[in-house]
Amino acid sequence: MCNVCGCSTGETHIEAAGPGTVNGHQHAHAGGAPHGHDHGEAHGHHHEHGEAHHHHHHDPQVIDYGQGPARAHAPGMSQARMVQIEQDILAKNNAYASANRRQFEAHGILALNLVSSPGSGKTTLLVKLIERLQSLLPMAVIEGDQQTSNDADRIRATGAPAIQINTGKGCHLDAHMVGHAFEHLAPADGSVLFIENVGNLVCPAAFDLGEAHKIVILSVTEGEDKPLKYPDMFHAADLMILSKTDLLPHAGLDVALTIANARKINPTIKVLQVSAKSGEGMDAVLQWIKAARMMALTGHPEPLAATTAQGG
Amino acid sequence: MHEMALSESIIGILETEAVRNNFARVKKVFLEIGPFSGVEVEALRFSFEVVARGTIAENADLEIETPEAQAHCFVCDTYIHLKNRYDACPRCGGHQLHMTSGEEMKIKELEVE
Repeated sequence: MCNVCGCSTGETHIEAAGPGTVNGHQHAHAGGAPHGHDHGEAHGHHHEHGEAHHHHHHDPQVIDYGQGPARAHAPGMSQARMVQIEQDILAKNNAYASANRRQFEAHGILALNLVSSPGSGKTTLLVKLIERLQSLLPMAVIEGDQQTSNDADRIRATGAPAIQINTGKGCHLDAHMVGHAFEHLAPADGSVLFIENVGNLVCPAAFDLGEAHKIVILSVTEGEDKPLKYPDMFHAADLMILSKTDLLPHAGLDVALTIANARKINPTIKVLQVSAKSGEGMDAVLQWIKAARMMALTGHPEPLAATTAQGG
Repeated sequence: MHEMALSESIIGILETEAVRNNFARVKKVFLEIGPFSGVEVEALRFSFEVVARGTIAENADLEIETPEAQAHCFVCDTYIHLKNRYDACPRCGGHQLHMTSGEEMKIKELEVE
């Protein structure tokens, strides 16, 4: 770098250097004519520039509030101004979610985001689904909970790869966590990736993880009006699984009313009734997953399509 | 409780903008929060105050605008205002509604110095 004018572009030749010597050099700036500096001892900053281009001391790109009075201004001398930004608060999460979605698509992975209240039977349902699907297609599971790896342990007991995310104080999974978990899991191409969200019917609705579908699980021991009480989640989901139907005789839930309420929020939501315990209704869920996987694989190369044919 | 995460997200955006737009302090944040965005405004104010401590937005005010929720009814092809997610179309009683506004969660502008 030229230590007189500070320019870093162009070739700098220091023809003579050292204390007491006459300093001067020739160099060329990119896009400018070569020019010389004539540094006399008594006149260290006398520059003789050929052309009018004294550009290198001032960078017009920088609006200099930082060095000016902004950081040391007198009271009452406010420099307040407005900045328009128009940004989605969740822009960052949504950007990670889009990146995840691109990854999933590139690998022909069907990502399903399972959401519900705590205790709806998500993990039990998932274990049973994995047992039924295991011989047919590759699967992997991301488990979200505030604490413990109990759920991931339950999944791993089936033989399916699983990774636990503990959100600590967090009440939901976000797309960044899922992206990392996905990297660690590295599921096979064409897999079904189940993401079991933190048991919470509120917050996970707002956080896109890059999934193809949200599946909301509602157990028959909850109330008919739950879709109305927590509408955001039922609005965001594509499939509602009414779980623990073996308990219907005891719970006395009005199934038709529950479904009608869900459809008030989301007219197109698909509803399936399942008992993971007795196995009743499981076939329909498997069909749904296979159909969704077909969609995820549509347009993918032959080897993946062949896996589908086997699995379907 | 995800208002805490949203507040962290807001602070993150403010810090990025501080570099881009060259400011050292945020005095006011103007937000647009739709009635169906799932955000509890009071919880957001509370958590923002906590999260903003020690940042460029410490003591910043939140100016929150809540736009009206609007939906398009597929059945009678009109735009209607919604008070609740589960409301039926007031004209035809149908539930085939597509929400066109009400889920906003945006930072509109900032007052900075």
